[in-house]
Amino acid sequence: MRDVAVVGFAQRQMEEFDGSPTCVEMLVPLFAECYEQTGWTRKDVGFWCSGSSDYLAGRSFSFVQAVDAIGVTPPVNESHVEMDLAWAMYEAWIKIQTGEVDTALVYAFGKSSAGVLRRTLAMQLEPYTMTPLWPDTVSLAGLQARAGIDAGVWDETAMAEVVHRSLGDAERNEYAVRKGASSVEELLARPMYADPLRKHDCAPVTDGAAAIVLAAGDRARDVRDKPAWISGLAHNVDPMSMGTRDLTRSPSAAAAAAGADVDGVEVAELHAPFSHQELVLRRELGLADDVAINPSGGPLSGNPMFSAGGIRIGEAARKIWSGEAAKTLGHATSGPALQQNLVCTMEGRA
Amino acid sequence: MARTLSAPVTVAFDYTRSTGPVLGRFLTGLRDGVVVGARTSSGTVVVPPPEYDPVTHQQTTDFVEVSPVGTVTSWSWVPEPVKGQPLDRPFAFALVTLDGADTPMLHAVDVASATDMSTGMRVQVRWAADRVGAMTDIEAFVPLREDAPAAPSPVGTEQAAPITGVVTPVSLDYTYAASPEESAFYRGLAEGRIVGQRCPACHKVYVPPRSACPSDGQPTSEEVELSHEGTVTTFCVVNVPFMGQKITPPYVSAYVLLDGADIAFLHLILDIPADEVRMGMRVKAVWKPEDEWGTTIENISHFSPTGDPDADYETYKNHL
Repeated sequence: MRDVAVVGFAQRQMEEFDGSPTCVEMLVPLFAECYEQTGWTRKDVGFWCSGSSDYLAGRSFSFVQAVDAIGVTPPVNESHVEMDLAWAMYEAWIKIQTGEVDTALVYAFGKSSAGVLRRTLAMQLEPYTMTPLWPDTVSLAGLQARAGIDAGVWDETAMAEVVHRSLGDAERNEYAVRKGASSVEELLARPMYADPLRKHDCAPVTDGAAAIVLAAGDRARDVRDKPAWISGLAHNVDPMSMGTRDLTRSPSAAAAAAGADVDGVEVAELHAPFSHQELVLRRELGLADDVAINPSGGPLSGNPMFSAGGIRIGEAARKIWSGEAAKTLGHATSGPALQQNLVCTMEGRA
Repeated sequence: MARTLSAPVTVAFDYTRSTGPVLGRFLTGLRDGVVVGARTSSGTVVVPPPEYDPVTHQQTTDFVEVSPVGTVTSWSWVPEPVKGQPLDRPFAFALVTLDGADTPMLHAVDVASATDMSTGMRVQVRWAADRVGAMTDIEAFVPLREDAPAAPSPVGTEQAAPITGVVTPVSLDYTYAASPEESAFYRGLAEGRIVGQRCPACHKVYVPPRSACPSDGQPTSEEVELSHEGTVTTFCVVNVPFMGQKITPPYVSAYVLLDGADIAFLHLILDIPADEVRMGMRVKAVWKPEDEWGTTIENISHFSPTGDPDADYETYKNHL
């Protein structure tokens, strides 16, 4: 295997982006930040891969329009996934492993606010028995939350503790769209929304974009003193049906963690768009109590569709670059109720 | 003034899907008023039936009729239903394990408030009046009434053919915003102007302007007002009718390279027989009456021949 590191990361998160859902306007300055961090120009990038969805944009071929932000004279080596940035990064990592390229810039974008997000996401469900009922994301997460509460695996207080810590930590994140510590008691005193979920248990609808830069071997060492070397990268998927899996567990998350080797992780950025899902992930990933979870504030403080998983990897990489941690983890999820999970571990070895 | 223009848009499509034998059996059952599950290799009865066995990966064949009565195993309140959901007033989504099944199915429970819901509560199917072989043939579950057990629904369709396909209408509503550059273009049109922008790197003029030059990846910023006359660079005679067509074929769609622009843009060529349109033909914009103008490309009704001599190929060969 080739040694590949995360060497660049840029993000934007906002409550409501008033521009085109192709998001070219957001991507141009993001790429500029990546060039600034790496000292590269676009011609140093061997492979490009983006993550987005036309269902979110409400138009066809939004990802083709987004390529404008790269500038493609001469032509570039480019691909796209209808998945989160983390999976675009996975494709780029494979591309680098093949030896065809040494560097990659992956990006993702999404204007969640263009439609009714929780309804739009019904398009990712099984089309015969689920989509005709338009089960919204919040309801599906609520079924999972109650399953855990009823089984005694977690309770409302544990969920509120996740929210309390996240929104407190988010105060130090300039990109967070929801922030502000209160107290567990105050959170629990707020009204139910989608019983058993309160609004703060659900990630805010967030527009945004993000970019990650990968480089192999010496190309990475040229960019940073402490590249975030990818020591493990794995993703797994569970059945889509809500009825045939134990919603309090996430076997795919456990499998991805086993594949990525999470031993010794000091910081874990978990893509849990609902408070109880962090509790599921901590268990499945086998994270010790002293692991710092989501110091960025995590997705409960901002969850731009198609970027938020990759942002977890970017935030975890920054902890390596700064020397704050020797081994970190970024996690991304996709599908209803933690159906699909990706784990990326990174180390700060020289 | 808002930074950008925006407008509502609805994207709709009816997805037509074949069911295959397993989901077809399930949906045929719903049409006929029975819920059909399947026994897997491990002996569990799953509803709806999985197409393939999760262990052996063999196609499901062992179908089992289960009860229309069952038990809620989890639920979530829906305070603000979205379009297309089983009920348009607050309700619960629930996982319901029907008697005779081992795993729950997802559907709605029709009750007035979250306080009427509890895990473990008994519910029964409320069938839709008109059943077509779709998940929505179950209108919703309702709390079980011991005095009125889930009556077997009248089955008047026994002679009907098995369900082999479903049509799932999908309609999504958006507020579609234009980029700042596109907004400048449309606002210009509302004033009778055609506005492009120049790339600071390659100096090419784009119309409509884009958020970045696709060659250089740099935002276009310098505004350039363009002539209303231009040259047909290439064109297509439309002979095929299609849904939503506004003009009777044959007619001509053409790329028009406005004088001063580097990118041609698509518009109609009228006022000339379709078979006389040609590359290099000089055309001019024909605007609708000013009182009909909005922030739309439709302010320009079409392009019409100027009658001037055709442009030399050399003048547009780099813009094809």
